[in-house]
Amino acid sequence: MSEIKAIMAGTVLMIQVNQGESISVGQEVVILESMKMAIPIESRESGEVTKILVSVGDFVNEGDVLMTIK
Amino acid sequence: MSSIQSLLQILQQRKQKLEAGGQKKYHDKLSLQNKLFVRRRLELLFDKGQYEEDGRFANCLNDELPADGVVTAVGRIHGRTVCVMANDSTVKAGSWGARTVEKIIRIQETAEKMKVPILYLVDSAGARITDQLEMFPNRRGAGRIFYNQVKLSGMIPQVCLLFGPSAAGGAYIPAFCDLVIMVDQNASMYLGSPRMAEKVIGERVSLEEMGGARMHCTISGCGDILAENEEEAIKQAKQYLSYFPANYQEKPSIIAGVAPKEGPCLENMIPTNQNVPFNMYDCIDSLIDKGSFFEIKKLFAAELITGLARIDGKVVGIIANQPKVKGGVLFVDSADKGARFITLCDAFHIPLLFLADVPGFMIGTKVEKAGIIRHGAKFIAAMSSATVPKISVIIRKAYGAGLYAMAGPGFEPDCCVALPTAQIAVMGPEAAVNAVYSNKLSEIKDSKEKLAFMLEKQKEYQDTIDIYKLASELIIDDIVAPNDLRNFLVTRFALYETKEMTFSSRKHPVYPV
Repeated sequence: MSEIKAIMAGTVLMIQVNQGESISVGQEVVILESMKMAIPIESRESGEVTKILVSVGDFVNEGDVLMTIK
Repeated sequence: MSSIQSLLQILQQRKQKLEAGGQKKYHDKLSLQNKLFVRRRLELLFDKGQYEEDGRFANCLNDELPADGVVTAVGRIHGRTVCVMANDSTVKAGSWGARTVEKIIRIQETAEKMKVPILYLVDSAGARITDQLEMFPNRRGAGRIFYNQVKLSGMIPQVCLLFGPSAAGGAYIPAFCDLVIMVDQNASMYLGSPRMAEKVIGERVSLEEMGGARMHCTISGCGDILAENEEEAIKQAKQYLSYFPANYQEKPSIIAGVAPKEGPCLENMIPTNQNVPFNMYDCIDSLIDKGSFFEIKKLFAAELITGLARIDGKVVGIIANQPKVKGGVLFVDSADKGARFITLCDAFHIPLLFLADVPGFMIGTKVEKAGIIRHGAKFIAAMSSATVPKISVIIRKAYGAGLYAMAGPGFEPDCCVALPTAQIAVMGPEAAVNAVYSNKLSEIKDSKEKLAFMLEKQKEYQDTIDIYKLASELIIDDIVAPNDLRNFLVTRFALYETKEMTFSSRKHPVYPV
C-alpha cells in the first residue's frame, strides 16, 4: 500500500481516476489548482487505486494524502 | 655502513609499502562496496594518471598508518593545475590524526598560493578520538581546515567528491564546497551516526534515510549531483571544472561554439495560455550549444532549474523557472537554490541568463512558517549584488516578486527583454480581478452574470499589462521573436563581455539568511 500526496498546497480541480482503477507510473491522477496554475499530480508507482480521500473543491496542504494505491 | 644501493632499496620498499595503503582485508572490503582505492581515484582524476605528492611519509614510523590516511597531491586536469586531498579509507577508515589534518591544511595553503582549484575526495570516518588533543582543538587542528575553506570560497573553485562517509565535523568539508558530488549508496553525510542518534535521542533510522546520497541530493540540498558510481563522479568533477577559471581573477575559457540540439523551435513549444505548463528544458536546449548543459541540483527543488552551459562557446549560468514542476512557483528550497547558484557564478565571472515563467513565490501557512519571505530575500539579494552580465528574458508570466527574483528591470539587468508571450504584473488577471472586485463579485448572485463580469474585467486588466505598453514605457528593453532568442543572446553576451562594475564599497551586507 502506498500513498499519493499533494506536492503543494492548492484546491482539487479534477480527479482523473476512479477507485479500483489500475494506474501506471507517471500517470496524472489529480489536477490541483494552485497559484492560478494547473498542477498535475502524477503517480510514482503503478497499482490499483484503493481509496480516494479528496473531492473536487477540497483544499489540500503540501504532503496531504490524495489517494492510496496497492 | 650501508651502501647507497641498500639505502635506495629501503627507500623503494618503503615507498611501495606506503603507496599500497592499509591491510588487504580493507582493500577487499573496498571492492565489495564498489569503491576504488584512493590512488586509483587519483589516477582516474589526473591527466595521464600523474600527480606530485607531499607528505607521503607522514607517520611512516607507524606501520598501521601509511601516509596517515590521506593523500595530498598536485597534478593537472585538462592541462590545468589542481590540488587534491583524498582520504584513504583502507587506513583506519580514513580517520583524521594530527598529520592527516596538517597535510590537508598544507594542500589548502598550496591551492591558495597557486590560485588553483582544490578537490576534496572524502571517504572518512571522522576524527581519531585517541588523537583528539593533537588534531581537534588547536590552531592548526581540524577547525583550521574549515576556516581555510571559508577563506578560499569564491577565490578558487572547491569541489567535494563524496565517496563514503563524511561524518560529524568532517561533514563540514562538503558543506563549504561550491559543489558536492555524492556517489549513490556509498556517500553519506551526517553530524551524528544512526547509532549515535539511537543512543542520544532515541531515533531508530537507517544511514541511507538519515544521511544518504539520494536524501541529500533530493531533500536536504546538501548534495548537488548524484553519481551512479565513482568513475561517473570523477568524470562529472572534471567536466564541472571545465566551466570555471582557475581563480576569481581569471575568466572562464571560451571554446568553439556549437549549434543547439535539433528539436522543436521555441515558438512552437510555449503555450500562450499562461496556466498551462510546458517543459523548460526544451526551451533551454533550443538556446544553448548542444550537449553543453551541466545541471546543478537537478533533483532538488526542481521547480527552478540551475545549470552551467555554453552559448556560442561562452560559459553562462542559467536560472530558469520550470512550469512543469509545481507550476514553476518559487518555494523556500528553490529560493535557496537560486541564491546559491547566482553567488557561485558571480564569484567566477560567469554571466547569468534568467528565463522567467513564474507565477510568484508560494503563499499559504506552510511556506510562511518555513520563512518564505527571508528565503526569497536571500535569492533577491544574491541576484541584486551579482555584477556579472545579467540578461533577463521574460518567457511568459512574471508575477509579483517572481519578476524581482528573475532579475526584473529594477535589478540592474544589462537588459530585460520579453517574448511576445510575456506577461508582467503584480499578479495574474484572475487573481487581480478577484482582489480588486471582491465586494462587487460577492454581490452578483447569478453565476453567468458573475462570469461575464469577471471575463470583462480580466480583459480590461490584460490591456493594462499589454507587453507593448510595457515596452512603450521603457519597462522592458526589447521584444524578441522566440526563434530569434538564441542569436539575440549570442550577440548580447558578446557585447557585455567588457562589463565591469562594483556593487558597493561597503565591507559586506547583512545577509538576509
